[in-house]
Amino acid sequence: MYRFLALPVALLLILTACDTGSEDLVIYSGRGQALVGTIIDQFEEETGLSVGVRYGDTAQLAVALAEEGDRTRADLFWAQDAGALGSVHAAGMLAELPDSILQQVDAAYANEAGTWVATSGRARTLVYAPSRVDTTDLPQSIFDLTDPAYEGRVGWAPTNGSFQSHLTAMRRVVGDDSTRAWIRAMKDAGAKTYPRNSAIVQAVANGDVDFGLANHYYLYNFTSEDPNFPGAQTFFAPGDAGNLVNVAGVGVMRTSERVDAAHKFISFLLSPEIQRYIVEEIFEYPVVAGVEAGTAAIDPEELEGLQPALDLDDLRDLEETLSMLRDEGLL
Amino acid sequence: MPGALVVLGVLVPLVYLFIRAFSAEPSELVDILWRWRNLELLYNTVLLTAGVVLATSAIAFPLAWLTTRSDLKGKRLVTLLGVLPLAVPGYVMAYVLLASTGSYGTLEHLFGIDIARISGFWGSLIALTLYTFPYLFLNLRSAMAGLDPGLEESARSLGYNARQTFLRVVLPQLRPGFYAGALLVGLHVIGDFGVVSLMRFETFSYALYLQYASAFDRIYAAWLALMLLALTAGLLLMEARLLRNVVFHRTGSGTQRTNVPARLGAWRYAAYAFVALLLLASVVIPVTTVGYWMSQAVDMQPWGRLGEALWASVSASGPAALLCATLALPLAYLSVRHPSTTSRGLERVAYLGYATPPLAFALAIVFFSLQAASLLYQSLVLLIIAYTFHFLAEAIGPVRSALYQAPPRVEEAARVLGRSPLGAFFSATFPLLRRGLLVSVAFVFLSAMKELPITFLLSPIGFETLALGVWSFTNEALFGAAAPYALTLIIFSAAFVGLLLLREDR
Repeated sequence: MYRFLALPVALLLILTACDTGSEDLVIYSGRGQALVGTIIDQFEEETGLSVGVRYGDTAQLAVALAEEGDRTRADLFWAQDAGALGSVHAAGMLAELPDSILQQVDAAYANEAGTWVATSGRARTLVYAPSRVDTTDLPQSIFDLTDPAYEGRVGWAPTNGSFQSHLTAMRRVVGDDSTRAWIRAMKDAGAKTYPRNSAIVQAVANGDVDFGLANHYYLYNFTSEDPNFPGAQTFFAPGDAGNLVNVAGVGVMRTSERVDAAHKFISFLLSPEIQRYIVEEIFEYPVVAGVEAGTAAIDPEELEGLQPALDLDDLRDLEETLSMLRDEGLL
Repeated sequence: MPGALVVLGVLVPLVYLFIRAFSAEPSELVDILWRWRNLELLYNTVLLTAGVVLATSAIAFPLAWLTTRSDLKGKRLVTLLGVLPLAVPGYVMAYVLLASTGSYGTLEHLFGIDIARISGFWGSLIALTLYTFPYLFLNLRSAMAGLDPGLEESARSLGYNARQTFLRVVLPQLRPGFYAGALLVGLHVIGDFGVVSLMRFETFSYALYLQYASAFDRIYAAWLALMLLALTAGLLLMEARLLRNVVFHRTGSGTQRTNVPARLGAWRYAAYAFVALLLLASVVIPVTTVGYWMSQAVDMQPWGRLGEALWASVSASGPAALLCATLALPLAYLSVRHPSTTSRGLERVAYLGYATPPLAFALAIVFFSLQAASLLYQSLVLLIIAYTFHFLAEAIGPVRSALYQAPPRVEEAARVLGRSPLGAFFSATFPLLRRGLLVSVAFVFLSAMKELPITFLLSPIGFETLALGVWSFTNEALFGAAAPYALTLIIFSAAFVGLLLLREDR
């Protein structure tokens, strides 16, 4: 029996010996490799530092960080949305960032305690199918979507982090009662549930629904692969609660012993060069002033004046949003 | 010793879940447990599990019979093709179904076929059935191939007609194989997240992931996992009860003769049509859809990256598959040859590990390895160990089915002739188990290649497998870029299993 076990055990031992862990910086990235791999490669090239990245789902990484606690090997957490950063911050796991970094972004793009900064903005939009929708009569407010005219025609993703951040923002803008009423009305109007934004955009194209609430860049992902993709998108009227810019952001772990390298990485992300890359390749909005649109599909200036006044810090208050969704049986 | 290892490996996650579950406030607890939603989830989970087990049986029985007992041409090829769907990751299967139907789907694009979009219960049922039926098929196939024709001949000579023989003699003998396969399918459905989330059908595991994903809430998630495990325990008890006191090995003397294949006659065409249709739905459509994505891609991934990802996948899945087979052997042996509460219990414990949702399983390993063996944390070794304990159950079934049919007398004879207990086992019984062991290795290897949550949380930093590549790109809706990873995963897995099964007949 023991002879039988010897081979696998020997294999395991050899494999352990081969394991190395000699990175200068370890990043837990909720942003997919497809989006940010190039940025990290470029950082390694320019600084000569070797970076180890653990890619994963933003929320799963946040839970894993909570489980790892003080023993985590992560130096940085780069998250897809503010909510996850908020939860890691609330667990006391993020260190304060120096002013030199905080000053690089608009005050609206860092949290109050200064433990994380945004790296790019992601706007919420209304995706629609131009062939089945009267494009001269698009809804002006997110509250219009509860009208009988839209019954069964709208797709949403109540379980998706971006959507939940949007709801949290909505609560700030129009109050808890109106938000709750809106959720209920949407449900009564037969809004169809999808697990994620890309699925919504696909459902619009496939004729499952005619409208969908999604992040702005998903449509670009489809149209860049298929120019005939039958979808379009629009914002609501300026100042409407349906317009929100959520962020992806990054923070340094309190337990990190490689703070300098971590700060260097954040500054790199905020540099004009990388911000421009984010605009042109990932189709997201820049968070530092003075980045030109270039040939980008999006124009950072069109965002101005659209979003109602809002403090990004407020997006942390996810708990009440979740309990609303749970009460309505959506979560 | 292997027994103790297994118990440790599987109970660690359980302990973790209890720790998390009971860190809730008592008032919160009542709130958590008495939710109407829990019942709804239970209903959905049971419905889907039962549906998929029925549907896979409807596919696997005829297919297993055709490839072992009929005069169908190209049986080996059909067998290989019948295993291929296992190589298709569930999330890819679901994406394919979603992307190929509907008014802007691939079917519409390529052939102008516009069928309503498949989703929800039926979508989940179809997707899960299409890639889990091989579990049942292979188990049944091993069982049917090992049947002793003598028994059936005796039944016929004693007056049973063909139908009676089949119902009263053949079917009962297939029970261990069927239960083992159905259990795997059932547990797979219960624990599946990829398909149900894409198809928007709410089961326990879906709710569980939502909880981790959107609420960062480890308490309700732990409770959901425990409820799910209770459901699993129920299934396991049921199976154990059904398999009590059964003897399936030959008791006569002499060696077993090979079966005489049944003549299909004109039914041949129906058989070929059945095989072709199945193949079309479970292999051809997914592969062409993925190929179509690839042809639409704007820029291609460098091949070097693909090669690295392939090596990473294999370096974790290969050792895990070997370890699983190694551990499964003594476990199955004990429970079949020395049935006792302990040996049965040990085997059941392995199934609990399989049913623990992968994300909860991975978090538990994170928690304990950091406490007890932080050196191992985020090393390839830990990843392999986690795969091993999670997928061990897949390896047990085939070995167990084979053991049921291996007569203990041969081993006893070897003992009488002076071999040591181990020597007797390896010279007399082991050769008879080769087919089962190969299937075990294939099962675990294929599952580990596709696995996502465990790989995410436990792999070494910077470790990129094929499955992670598929996920990373599909998640950003970059299907074109995901396609090469998905195709490599499917083709390599298929080739590997093909090689394994070709060895089987030597």
